[in-house]
Amino acid sequence: MKKVLAFLLAALMVAAMFAGCGSDKTETPTAAAAGGADEAPAAAGAVKLGMSGPLTGGAAVYGTAVKAGMEIAVEEINAKGGLQLELNCQDDEHDTEKALNAYNTLKDWGMQVMAGPVTTAPCNVVAAECANDKIFMLTPSGSGASIIEYGDNIFQICFTDPNQGVASADYMATHDLGTTIGVIYDSSDVYSSGIYEKFAAEAQVKGLNVACVEAFTADNKADLTTQVTKCKDAGCDVVFLPFYATEAAQVLTYANTIGYAPTFFGCDGMDGILTVENFDPALAEGLMLLTPFSADASDEATQSFVAKYQEKTGIVPNQFAADAYDVIYSIYQALVAGGVTADMSASEINDILVAQFTSMTFDGLTGTGMTWQATGEVSKGPMAVVIKDGTYVGAE
Amino acid sequence: MRFLQYLINGVSIGSVYAIIALGYTMVYGIARMLNFAHGDVIMVGAYMSYCVTSYLGLPAIVGVIVAALVCTLLGILIEGLAYKPLRGVPSLAVLITAIGVSYFLQNAAQLIFGSAPKNFKSIVTMKPLVLFGGGLTITGEVMVTVLACVVIMVGLTLFTGKTKMGKSMRAVSEDRDAAQLMGINVNRTISITFAIGSALAAVAGVLLCSTVPTLMPTTGSMPGIRAFTAAVFGGIGSIPGAMLGGILLGVIETFSKAYLSTQFSDAIVFLVLIVILLVKPAGLLGKNVQEKV
Repeated sequence: MKKVLAFLLAALMVAAMFAGCGSDKTETPTAAAAGGADEAPAAAGAVKLGMSGPLTGGAAVYGTAVKAGMEIAVEEINAKGGLQLELNCQDDEHDTEKALNAYNTLKDWGMQVMAGPVTTAPCNVVAAECANDKIFMLTPSGSGASIIEYGDNIFQICFTDPNQGVASADYMATHDLGTTIGVIYDSSDVYSSGIYEKFAAEAQVKGLNVACVEAFTADNKADLTTQVTKCKDAGCDVVFLPFYATEAAQVLTYANTIGYAPTFFGCDGMDGILTVENFDPALAEGLMLLTPFSADASDEATQSFVAKYQEKTGIVPNQFAADAYDVIYSIYQALVAGGVTADMSASEINDILVAQFTSMTFDGLTGTGMTWQATGEVSKGPMAVVIKDGTYVGAE
Repeated sequence: MRFLQYLINGVSIGSVYAIIALGYTMVYGIARMLNFAHGDVIMVGAYMSYCVTSYLGLPAIVGVIVAALVCTLLGILIEGLAYKPLRGVPSLAVLITAIGVSYFLQNAAQLIFGSAPKNFKSIVTMKPLVLFGGGLTITGEVMVTVLACVVIMVGLTLFTGKTKMGKSMRAVSEDRDAAQLMGINVNRTISITFAIGSALAAVAGVLLCSTVPTLMPTTGSMPGIRAFTAAVFGGIGSIPGAMLGGILLGVIETFSKAYLSTQFSDAIVFLVLIVILLVKPAGLLGKNVQEKV
């Protein structure tokens, strides 16, 4: 009896573990080819785009936003007729090993262009593979400076971490946000520490008074009260938070509890804080962040995207969703301009896309007149937004 | 004044560690096993409280009671299904089972609640106490946490010292076979230990998430491991030891962040732990008992 019970329990656990990891892996390709009569994958008439990102786990806010943004773009393009796209989204849980597995799954599926991954650490491992396999890669939001160094066919549509650090310091210097600046960053995360280093260098150049620099790591981020208290004691009236929304929610909550109200300033990772379940938007009131996209922009493209996104997910899209939308459209523009057909091999498409991306100009939601350098870096200007009454508003 | 502020913050997070450490230490003292799933019971407690207060809109106190009840049942269930069948087998097998239970709970929570973080509304509505013209801020959460910790500590000491059940717990921890010969129901005693430890975990979960509002399926694992360290530091198996270890760990952690470096705080904390364990291998209040081989 005992043995039976033990076996049952063991079986249950194994099942639960598989269920836990596998819940999102069975994603079916979201936008199937329109000409469904022909079953052969290569002849189905659709270019196969692969995406991997954290659809579950702590960074899921970003992965799910990117997935939804891409799906909207693919649906729109396929509805136009002409060149068709097929999108396959895999979950990497913001984990390098799982990102590699996701990449291999996509390759087996017959991926011709990689439109991901979403976060920096997985981008680093996948970029190395894409460079090796000659598969064109354009990440919507992997902002680490090292990603594009893996090869000539690795491109970014978001601005890089160094850019964000420099731009944040410049913004603080030119807009006179405060006299004493405090910084809290995640020293165990390449995204956060990358931004911080460039910020510190630029702050020195601009003569900003950085009075307090505090760090935390993935292991001790359960308690950030000391870091906030130290910023308060140092008299900081601007606190720079170059990390993700999950931890930022903690900082904002605690600062509010102890009655500390400086201007909090974040980067693109802060985007998404308003979608944390049960988070009180009043706490984020006045929070500033640098982002290339604000949902309240009045142009027609943004309005239409925001409406579709809200209909699909029920929430206002953040910058990640907009970047993802632009990724699909820029790839589409390059595919069409380069005369790509669905039966070409991944490496043929790769060469055409590299040539197109380094020569074309792209107008999207996150910027107009975007161009790409041969290194894979995009040139577009960041824009500051501030949270007012629970939504993003342009700060200018 | 700053010193006092950091001390208070340290005692506050230390009290949470202490309440979690009590669960580890009681189970270890009586069942001689490391229940690595303890950290995840914290997470379950926090989710239960979250559901009751946010989805059903009931008052916070109901949330705490429901969380404690659910975790008590969960503790008994885990013990009965996963650990009881393994009584008498080498402790390594039980340890691995405990890790399995930990994964089971985390993944089950991921399936049920999803992996996106939820923002836990503090159960404390008290206004923070501002002293010395803003020089010292004591939040309501700090007061409630420290008070809860003291109450639990006194309650447990009285329980193990005065009640019949408490005495049989001590007897089982002293010598299981002899206790059985004296007519003590060992299995029931162990189940009750798990029940108490898990109820404490639920309280700890609610208090932890009141200070640190991010609730995810992995919320319990890091504080769980820290509290386990605290239990070893104080002397595993000793109830006052868990308390002392937890509070000291919290204070050392906060001080090293405040006065030395936030970048290296973990390295400093664990360096102190290593030094203390080198000097006192059984922990601060642990008894150095010769193991019979």
